[in-house]
Amino acid sequence: MKQFAELFRRLDGTTRTSEKTSLLTDYFRSAPAADAAWALYFLTGRKLKRLIKTRALREWAAEAAALPLWLVERSYEAVGDLGETLAWILPPPEGARDESLVEVVEKQVLPLVDAEPAVQRRLVREAWRLFDDHERLVYHKLITGEFRVGVAQTLVVRALAAAAEVSAPLMAHRLAGDWQPTPEQYQKFISGDLGDDPARPYPFFLAYALDEPVQDLGDPHEWQAEWKWDGIRGQALRRADASGNSVTALWSRGEELVTERFPELHPLLDALPLGTVLDGEILAWRDDRPLPFAALQKRIGRKSITPRVLKEAPVAFLAYDLLEVEGVDFRERPLSERRERLEQIVRQVSQPRLQLSPVVNFQTWDELERQYGRARAQQVEGLMIKRLDAPYGVGRRRGPWWKWKAVPYSIDAVLMYAQAGHGKRAGLYTDYTFGVWDMRRLVPVAKAYSGLTDEEIRRVDAFIRAHTIDKFGPVREVEPRLVFELHFEGIQVSSRHRAGIAVRFPRMHRWRHDKPPAEADSLETLVQLAGMGREDLHPRVSRQSTLFDLDDDVEDPSTAEVRQP
Amino acid sequence: MSLVENTERGLYCRAGDFYIDPWSPVDRAVITHSHSDHLRWGSKKYLTAAANVPVLTARVGPQDVEGLPYGESVVVNGVKVSFYPAGHVLGSAQVRIEYQGDVCVASGDYKVQPDRTCAAFEPVRCRHFITEATFALPIYRWQATPDVMRDVDAWWQANAAEGRTSVICAYSLGKAQRVLAELLQLHGPLLVHGALQRFLPIYREAGVTLPETAHASATSVRAAGGKALVVAPPSVLGGPWLRKFGPVSTAVCSGWMRVRGTRRRRGVDRGFVLSDHADWPGLCEAIAATGAEEVWVTHGYTEPFARYLSEEKKLYAIPIETRFKGEALEETLTETDAATTEDAAAEQQAAAQDTTSREAVAAGAEAAS
Repeated sequence: MKQFAELFRRLDGTTRTSEKTSLLTDYFRSAPAADAAWALYFLTGRKLKRLIKTRALREWAAEAAALPLWLVERSYEAVGDLGETLAWILPPPEGARDESLVEVVEKQVLPLVDAEPAVQRRLVREAWRLFDDHERLVYHKLITGEFRVGVAQTLVVRALAAAAEVSAPLMAHRLAGDWQPTPEQYQKFISGDLGDDPARPYPFFLAYALDEPVQDLGDPHEWQAEWKWDGIRGQALRRADASGNSVTALWSRGEELVTERFPELHPLLDALPLGTVLDGEILAWRDDRPLPFAALQKRIGRKSITPRVLKEAPVAFLAYDLLEVEGVDFRERPLSERRERLEQIVRQVSQPRLQLSPVVNFQTWDELERQYGRARAQQVEGLMIKRLDAPYGVGRRRGPWWKWKAVPYSIDAVLMYAQAGHGKRAGLYTDYTFGVWDMRRLVPVAKAYSGLTDEEIRRVDAFIRAHTIDKFGPVREVEPRLVFELHFEGIQVSSRHRAGIAVRFPRMHRWRHDKPPAEADSLETLVQLAGMGREDLHPRVSRQSTLFDLDDDVEDPSTAEVRQP
Repeated sequence: MSLVENTERGLYCRAGDFYIDPWSPVDRAVITHSHSDHLRWGSKKYLTAAANVPVLTARVGPQDVEGLPYGESVVVNGVKVSFYPAGHVLGSAQVRIEYQGDVCVASGDYKVQPDRTCAAFEPVRCRHFITEATFALPIYRWQATPDVMRDVDAWWQANAAEGRTSVICAYSLGKAQRVLAELLQLHGPLLVHGALQRFLPIYREAGVTLPETAHASATSVRAAGGKALVVAPPSVLGGPWLRKFGPVSTAVCSGWMRVRGTRRRRGVDRGFVLSDHADWPGLCEAIAATGAEEVWVTHGYTEPFARYLSEEKKLYAIPIETRFKGEALEETLTETDAATTEDAAAEQQAAAQDTTSREAVAAGAEAAS
């Protein structure tokens, strides 16, 4: 545990990527395989299910530190990280004992699962007595399932690849999918002697956002364009296991197994030829067109799939790439060849829930630009532009694939409430709620926390501290004086906002110093943007899920460093 | 009726007709220490601890100032005034006021940790204590200074080995000198920014042992080949001053570095938790030692701390409004604008006088070997 806590402390103590990588490589080389397996599990963003109620944790910490609970809460507000808050307020440890990471996980972490609160309390207080504050910090991260270290997953992969002396893309493939953190598994990652998991996906290839005129991409005939769908990226596969039985799997972009959530896709998975892996998009789909994202949202985070939900929001798999054919890794073949085989396979499978993501035809870039202009009307997020001669890569690389996102929606809204941020922005008011006018009153419509520069954040923070009207726990209501232009990707009905409407992926585009609050937009404008009537604004429950974080388009700069997809 | 009241200009003793650390010019100012949020230019008469007189003069120029040795008293309009060490920075003091049997102590800023650069904090019995609350949350607990300095040492050594100049940012009056005085060993020359350089003679004059330093300039830093430790105020971070130095590793020395988020936000490579303010246990211990029944809480986490003292320690404790509107945590971290401007001016002056930096570097390099 000391070794792992020290790794955590040192990763936390440097901002240099090269230094982080070498710290990780050193750890993987020197730690026992049983420890390294767990370390890898946590560092690649895999979580134990939430083991413990954080409320209970706060209470026990207050009790152990002989502090009133409200002061623990107040401290948390200042720190913005519960695990860290508790680690710093607890009294010094009573005895030092160094157990291996695997022992700690087995003795102090896993036994918390489904244990009675009294048992949990005993285990946690015992851990507090043994661990110093850095170990406690790591321990809290493990038991609250908020293990973020400020290390990108690609960096962990690179470090492990260096320890195993193989290339990073090869290691990324080895690590893909679902696995158990055992020493045997870890040895397999190092040796490459895996070959036994028929459900293992390939690492996804990701696109960069187009940041130059599309004309600069050169000869248009060297490129293929497709619509950029507003769904969940997925990999569908069917393979034979060692004894020849068929295995099917549907993976999300976050390498989460989602097969069971989409039962209507099972027939198509079963119909794939053995040894086939498709890359594509899971979309709510009816009558040959996508339903709004809100429909798919109903399917996310829902454990039980009722017939009603299946009827309201049926999904389809829109295939756009082919990674494996007849059991052979096809990723090195050029896109033109992969596409041709993909079209054959989709035809051959002939399942209504397996669609081919159509190619958008164009002869000139100007022609494509006109198609791009139609993106919103098509209910898509924009265009994907892919080089016809490029292989299917690993991770995000500049060059072969570009995403050309549709122009976002935009409104001017007024800052109404603020809350302190977390992690890097702890103690600063960085999480804002914005409102628009409705009958001369402001109604909150969006929460946003990205898009401002550090300097702007500092200034808004100072404004908030000086212009607070009211406090509700950690939330401050401020004088409605600041106007921001917000950008967002979609509008949907929502019962979570008083306005009955919610916008998707809102972020601050710029601070409208020039605009008085009275001139901010109204709810009417939003309703018109959405192409809805007011009568559509009836509240309806929608639930968020972790799958949202996995969408490859959530590129929030504030969390990019700390939260891994 | 309290001996001291809180006014728009700061703490005021009506019986003695003087202000403590006034925010604007007054006839008679009693000063706890010379940081810019406590010492303002322009009052007619200043009364402060004798040890603070040279520091005060360096900060605001020659003034009508009376210095009183620690523990001695003077009577101002019938009110007995004396100073006791606050352990904050060189010359810092708590002000003890006694009138008609009532005793009030205004702490200014203080810490209870030992510090080689100033006299140690002395608890003073009183009925009414005015405490600071900069770090008054239980998350703030300091490590012993030598433990922090071991980390600083390892960081400097590792940078020197890689030919990367180490730049440590610390408040230019107090913290910077403390860092210099507490260094465990040298791995190269010590180069300093003008903002703190100007205080070094005062520290040496006061008997504080400081290692040899030279002025930090592009020439002196580059001549040290990445082995130098540069000490500078935090205002240089992200500015043009650092850019002339080639590859650097940056660090901030501050109590705020206790919180990982604050450290990451500063965008520095390292954060060393070293503060000139009392931590949570230090504040609690200091207040208990005064035996005070009434406590005013100022600067920082005033509300939670006053509530804690009232509810848990059963004291009559209230938060006191400061000049700052709202809370001003970030300001304390980055220093005030006034201090930044002053730092820049001091650096310009030092750079102008810096005709012998090459020789000084050579001397520094020798000292290191």
